[in-house]
Amino acid sequence: MTTTQTPPEQDDQDKQPSWRGVYEDEGTKELSKATTVRLKEDSRKLLGELLRPYKKLIWILVAIVVIENAARLAVPYLVHLGIDNGIPPILAGDGPRALITVVSAVLFSALLQAFTRQIFLMRSGRLGQTILLGLRRRVFDHFQRLSPAFHDKYTSGRVISRLTSDVSVIDELLANGFDGLVTAVLTLFGTMILLLVLDLKLGLIALLSFPILLLLTAWFRKRSAVVYRRTREAVVLVIVHFVESMTGIRAVQAFRREPRNEEIFAGVNEQYREANYESFRLNAVFMPSIKGVGNVTIVAILAYGGYQAYHGHVTVGVLTAFLLYLRQFFEPLQDISQFYNTFLSASAALEKLSGVLNEEPDVAEPVKPVKPGAARGHLELRGVQFQYVDGVPVLPGLDLDVPAGQTLALVGTTGAGKTTIAKLVSRFYDPTGGHVLLDGQDLRDLTEDDLRERVVMVTQENFLFTGSVADNIRFGKPEATMNEVVEAAKVIGAHDFISALPQGYETQVEKRGSRLSAGQRQLVAFARAFLANPAVLILDEATSSLDIPSERLIQRALRTILADRTAIVIAHRLSTVETADRVLVLEHGRILEDGPPDLLITTGGNYAGLHQAWEDSLA
Amino acid sequence: MFSTAMLGVGVSLSVPLVTRSIIDGPVTRRELDLLVPLALLALGLSIAEVLLVWIRRMAQSRTVSDLEASLRQDLYVRLQSLPMEFHTRWQSGQLLSRVTTDLSTIRRFMGFGLLFLVMNILQLAVVTILLLQLYWPLGIVVLAAAVPIVTLSMRFEKKYLLISREVQDQQGDLATRIEESALGFRVVKAFGRRQHVQRQFDDEAINLYNTEITKVRLASRFWSFLGVIPNLTLVIVLLLGALAVGRQSITLGTLVAFITLMLSLVWPVTSLGGILAMAQEAMTAADRISEILDTHSVIQSGPIALEHSRGHLRFEHVGFQFSDDSSEILHDINLDLTPGTTLALVGATGSGKTTLTSLVPRLYDVTSGRITIDGHDIRDLTLYSLRTAVASAFDDPTLFSMSVRENLTLGRPDATEAEVQEALQVAQAEFANDLPWGLETRVGEQGMSLSGGQRQRLALARAVLARPAVLVLDDTLSALDVHTEALVEEALRRVLADTTGIVVAHRASTVMLADQVALLQGGTITHVGTHQELLATVPAYRHLLAADEEEVHA
Ligand SMILES: Nc1ncnc2c1ncn2[C@@H]1O[C@H](COP(=O)(O)OP(=O)(O)O)[C@@H](O)[C@H]1O
Ligand SMILES: Nc1ncnc2c1ncn2[C@@H]1O[C@H](COP(=O)(O)OP(=O)(O)O)[C@@H](O)[C@H]1O
Ligand SMILES: [Mg+2]
Ligand SMILES: [Mg+2]
Repeated sequence: MTTTQTPPEQDDQDKQPSWRGVYEDEGTKELSKATTVRLKEDSRKLLGELLRPYKKLIWILVAIVVIENAARLAVPYLVHLGIDNGIPPILAGDGPRALITVVSAVLFSALLQAFTRQIFLMRSGRLGQTILLGLRRRVFDHFQRLSPAFHDKYTSGRVISRLTSDVSVIDELLANGFDGLVTAVLTLFGTMILLLVLDLKLGLIALLSFPILLLLTAWFRKRSAVVYRRTREAVVLVIVHFVESMTGIRAVQAFRREPRNEEIFAGVNEQYREANYESFRLNAVFMPSIKGVGNVTIVAILAYGGYQAYHGHVTVGVLTAFLLYLRQFFEPLQDISQFYNTFLSASAALEKLSGVLNEEPDVAEPVKPVKPGAARGHLELRGVQFQYVDGVPVLPGLDLDVPAGQTLALVGTTGAGKTTIAKLVSRFYDPTGGHVLLDGQDLRDLTEDDLRERVVMVTQENFLFTGSVADNIRFGKPEATMNEVVEAAKVIGAHDFISALPQGYETQVEKRGSRLSAGQRQLVAFARAFLANPAVLILDEATSSLDIPSERLIQRALRTILADRTAIVIAHRLSTVETADRVLVLEHGRILEDGPPDLLITTGGNYAGLHQAWEDSLA
Repeated sequence: MFSTAMLGVGVSLSVPLVTRSIIDGPVTRRELDLLVPLALLALGLSIAEVLLVWIRRMAQSRTVSDLEASLRQDLYVRLQSLPMEFHTRWQSGQLLSRVTTDLSTIRRFMGFGLLFLVMNILQLAVVTILLLQLYWPLGIVVLAAAVPIVTLSMRFEKKYLLISREVQDQQGDLATRIEESALGFRVVKAFGRRQHVQRQFDDEAINLYNTEITKVRLASRFWSFLGVIPNLTLVIVLLLGALAVGRQSITLGTLVAFITLMLSLVWPVTSLGGILAMAQEAMTAADRISEILDTHSVIQSGPIALEHSRGHLRFEHVGFQFSDDSSEILHDINLDLTPGTTLALVGATGSGKTTLTSLVPRLYDVTSGRITIDGHDIRDLTLYSLRTAVASAFDDPTLFSMSVRENLTLGRPDATEAEVQEALQVAQAEFANDLPWGLETRVGEQGMSLSGGQRQRLALARAVLARPAVLVLDDTLSALDVHTEALVEEALRRVLADTTGIVVAHRASTVMLADQVALLQGGTITHVGTHQELLATVPAYRHLLAADEEEVHA
């Protein structure tokens, strides 16, 4: 972010491809030519895919729009006929028959226009919403399929903006863009032809304005692409800063960050304002220019047409029709600036969405999944190697066999690789070498559903969803009855506090569980995992915020729960570790000690030392 | 701005009148010499119109973009000052949509919509009057056509307002689902609940779809109706007008002018639908924004700027409840922390320790009794000086997407390198120096991910670096391994020696940092004393610290 110590993002990004560990932001980075082309292709492909299922409907819609525009364009022509062919017979005393014919035609075209317009708006609106729904579901599903590694670097903020603002830009395009574009194009060509047919000479004069219009539009497109880019960059900065200040508001207030934040925000807000102002000004030049060209053309036609009419070369009717057409022609052109912005933002959004959809989950579903037998929970790591960053191995090669039903505790200093092992066993990542096996089967051969049914991990960062306490516990097993939910809460010792809440199990936990204390959230997360009833349970510092009696209660529960289940327990409090069947002491991804806790205490190694320190830390 | 708009309308409407003169004069009455002056007049008028539009738009550009930017800044400032109580209720996505989408809706409306609306209505009125003057029987026909347009617009507006509010709310719900699916992604993954979450998302998305379709249906009917009225009027005007010309009640030029003028109404009327919709959306957006601007912070800064606080902290009969209808979380808390003393706060999970500690920097305000620092009620102090005097490390450590250094110096931007290193050493967070770019490495959501223990230690270092008069540590050592914890405690002992401290603790080793221990039970402090005293006399305390033998070896 833009602060005193940190230079603005873009400058830095140009120099360093991955600025201090930041995933590059598509919105603010100059892309190479090749990448741009590829992105364009991808987004075109995505658009094609989205539209393809509705090909027939789209053609029908196009036909309807053509009819509608034809009906609309016919009106001035009919007015010309009315004036030139309808009035003379009346003047001559021949009665209004010809006039009535023309008027009926106008009536018909008016009704046809209304009818087709209504159908078009309805159908295309529905189509747009259907496509949008499909897109939303598809992107959402894809995000949920991608690996945690992807989410780590992509960050939730970006996931959210893909699914909200980018999708809504496409909504805009589908709702207004196509209609506007088709109408503008049809009007352009329709008018051109009609003018030439009506009167060649006048038509050619009117056509003189076209090259000027094209030049103007080309200029506008070029300028607005630049302005648009600036706007995007500015808005990304605004959003990033805003979201972060609001999510961290507690720290912001406690550390009096507000004034500094206000300054930073004023800075990005000012950039955004400048960009908006620029784009307004561009429109302020473009739109009157179009109008000016239109007005001058109309005056030219009026003067020359009047002259021609004086000599009887054109009729008054034709002249009227000309003026009407020109007006109809120039009015919608002024809106082109709006459509153009819609198109720019939609194509940027499509690029980003197709970028996401092209992302393959690096922890992929197996092509030929193996159907596992009944879960026993026998875990094996064979020569497992892993690194997050190339060249920095976290696990240099780990062999481990955890028989079904064993409770294994991992201890070791921070950064030893405990969490990494937990993540490999629950297949958040795949090992870069070797195999992780569950009941003899490589995890890579199991479907996600089969795996998750068998292995569940509870971490320190226990996220609660909006909803009631019961909903959150039930997340472990959506079909669970209320009794089962209460039972799970009782077993892990959460029942008492939940019953004491104002609406008991139905109490809303509010944003991310903020209605509960940190320890209470952990208890709920525990109950959730207990209810899921997996064959392998992984607990990564899952009890760190609990008071000791609550933790003890969980330990006692665990002893029963874990009796027939495999468990990997990571904890700093050795009271938890003591309940394990077996302890591994890790350092730099290697096993230093391995054995039952009682035995390790007596051998006087690392674990014995830790144990002593732990004893001392107690009263 | 509006005067140029009005001039513009006037000028643009006079062109058809010139047209009439050309047709009736040079063409019909064969007065060729009038053609050139009339054409020049038309040219002059046209150019004047364009200039007026340009001037207006230029003037408007600045006003509107300034307006939007200042509204956004106001919103941000207000949001930052609103208390925690507000922020726990609002998803950040909901707030974000107000600062981005809603504000741009308003900008678009102010920039284009409002003026179009005014100009359209103006044009409609002026043209109708002109038409009445040109030939009143036809003018009446046009006037009559306005009746269905006005009545239907009004009905449409009511319905559209309701439905667009509903759409916006459902979009908000969907955004909340999206936000949670992204933030809770690892939990969803760990439980393999992809389908469950997907189903919930689908339900909301389909709800939104249905509402959107209702909106489309409403709009499509209304808009095509708006399009058909002028055309039907044209039918009547053409018929009656031609007949009138036949009867020689009007000239041909008048009829042409009449029709040209009338058709100049088609576009304004047709686009009226879109503009009205835009106006509705802008109104809804303005409502949503004023929801926030009208929320006043209950936590206001006081008048006294406390300098060089000694750190004498007192709780006097303090009570607290989160809202009027909820029960009291804390009641009748009395504590006296003389400068330099450290108090350990011990209590079961959910007993209110975090709540108690967040009362000190006024993240929440006490609902009864008072808290004083150096004898001043903290509500009389400026928030700035209070929060300078008090620094906290929370149980859920927040790091911002900025460099480690910036995160550390949050509470004291002018800290020297030596001081930073010292704070890192106290928190045993020297690992920060070994990050890929050292202290300049960016962390937080947008940066490198750190483990819970690492984040906790940085948060601790941040609080220590602030050198506050009162240091509040809320269960800050929970994610540390035993060895690190011992080192941190050792270093903290030095820091706490000359600072007033409140330390929330679960473990005896941490409790031993304090001079005194307070036991929080049933919402109030039941016992205060040294660790040894409480251990000896209070069974509940013994139980909490797991010091009762039979528990340990059970
Ligand atoms: N997402 C990540 N990217 C890069 N390095 C990581 C990541 N997560 C962990 N590491 C590194 O891997 C090592 C092992 O980390 P971890 O398994 O979390 O340790 P533990 O759980 O034992 O504290 C540490 O050096 C840590 O810095
Ligand atoms: N925003 C809130 N609204 C209502 N009740 C809350 C809120 N936050 C916490 N609580 C309740 O207040 C009690 C104390 O919470 P807290 O102070 O976080 O406990 P702890 O002692 O574990 O830190 C808990 O029972 C919790 O459910
Ligand atoms: Mg870990
Ligand atoms: Mg707490």
